[in-house]
Amino acid sequence: MGRQALLPCLHLIQEKLGCVTPEAATLVAKKLGLSRGEVFSVASFYGMFSREREGKFVIRVCVSLPCYLKGAREILQYLQGELGVKPGQTTPDGLFTLKETSCLGFCDGAPAVMVNDKTYGRVTVDKMKEILQQCREKA
Amino acid sequence: MKILLKRIEKKDYRGTLEEYLQEGGYEALRKTLEMEPSGVIAEVKRSGLVGRGGAGFPTGLKWELTAKVPDSPKYVVCNADEGEPGTFKDRIIMERDPHLLLEGMMICGYAIGARQGYIYVRGEYTESYRRLEAAIQEARERHLLGEKIQGTDFSFDIYLYKGAGAYVCGEETALLDSLEGKRGEARLRPPYPATSGFRGKPTVVNNVETLSCIPAIILNGGEWYSKIGSEGSPGTKLYCLSGDVRNPGVYELPTDVTLEELVSEYGRGVEGGAKAALTGGISGGLLTPEQFKVTLDYKSMLKAGTGLGSGAIIMLNQRRCMVDVALRCLEFFEHESCGKCAPCREGTKRARELLQKIRRGNGDSASLELLLELQRVMYDTCICGLGQSALNVTKACIERFKGEFEEHLRGRCVVGVCGHD
Repeated sequence: MGRQALLPCLHLIQEKLGCVTPEAATLVAKKLGLSRGEVFSVASFYGMFSREREGKFVIRVCVSLPCYLKGAREILQYLQGELGVKPGQTTPDGLFTLKETSCLGFCDGAPAVMVNDKTYGRVTVDKMKEILQQCREKA
Repeated sequence: MKILLKRIEKKDYRGTLEEYLQEGGYEALRKTLEMEPSGVIAEVKRSGLVGRGGAGFPTGLKWELTAKVPDSPKYVVCNADEGEPGTFKDRIIMERDPHLLLEGMMICGYAIGARQGYIYVRGEYTESYRRLEAAIQEARERHLLGEKIQGTDFSFDIYLYKGAGAYVCGEETALLDSLEGKRGEARLRPPYPATSGFRGKPTVVNNVETLSCIPAIILNGGEWYSKIGSEGSPGTKLYCLSGDVRNPGVYELPTDVTLEELVSEYGRGVEGGAKAALTGGISGGLLTPEQFKVTLDYKSMLKAGTGLGSGAIIMLNQRRCMVDVALRCLEFFEHESCGKCAPCREGTKRARELLQKIRRGNGDSASLELLLELQRVMYDTCICGLGQSALNVTKACIERFKGEFEEHLRGRCVVGVCGHD
């Protein structure tokens, strides 16, 4: 049974710490009777777990075909320019992490962008500006 | 005719337990509990229902195979890792009528003799997860889940499990490994999950839409269901229409609907004129306008040289470059390949490199034949469906739009999409 708890543990760690730290991995490994290597092997497999601390707001831009057809690239380019980071990077102030993601299942509202656990559809550059503004106000 | 979206399309229906019960919910479970498990399976077999996740395997047969294995415990696992680009139907069911799925799982559990069910929800579907969590809680409070349900000898409970962003986990054996807390890598088959699935025990793995068809089949009988839609794969299907169509969305239609009807009547046509339809998301293949009279059932689609898959149809207009489309699809597979088997790990990478060269206008004339050969090798040798189908779209694009590829080899993109970045 122990091992089945690994993904839920990793989700919790990612949510609380913004990444899977070596200390947290050691603790989980000990509790579940696994090696640290096994924990990192699993953590590194999944796109939603990271080794480096993610920003307060993780922006996932869907780049799969339906969103690509509807202008996902323009959104991504805008975000790269506005935030000054490439996909996979976090802004120096620790506020935003920009990521490319596979299909978010919002293809009827393409292009779609997910910010933390909320997904937005029919995103335009103007709408993206608003979303960033809301994030900055919340921060 | 609506079976799956019947309640969802009612105004103000929010899918709470109260509303579901008012609309006849859990009547099928009540009926099931008065039947013999073998009778339930017989009814599902009679319906002719085939799996809605993509592979189209007969559901009743899968249940029967699992039920007959002399090993226990048995498990019901719902594949809610909907990740095929262009697919967003399971999300609609989970967010707006979660009890329909739960009822289908309970009936399956009763039929195969399982006490536990798991729903593997993809990590990005946070709202689906929340809605299912609330629905499971409601069902437990009303004693629709738990020990000795409604005073019978049937005990069953359902647990949620959250995925973490890996497309390959939609493949059933990768899903099972992920559910066990491992890397989500596909297993070699056989053994199939029916004999050795979750924790090595007999397991039914069914898609959200498949399980959601079950309550109506039990209530109205398998024969009733078998007469809806196309003969070979009867029933209604949730079609996900996206891309360059005017009115994208999820449409529930009998399986004898044609692609043309779906696109023009429901999708209100393609802006900029249809060039092709990718079917089965980006894993199936494609159809060109002269083929749009094909009916959208599993057998007819195979005959037309493509696949229905999850029911996702992505429309492309005349302004789309097929080299560009093929490359975008391949980038997806390269990124999502789990890396376990070499043909997929290496094949997706090399194919992407070849396509990238062609797109940039510096491909060579041997590369098209090389891509087609790679497709054949990967189809034959990859462990799971991801690798086997990764080059389906590439192959179809080359075969059906060869002229466009040859133009690229001469350094020219006819629609003017490529070559400038």
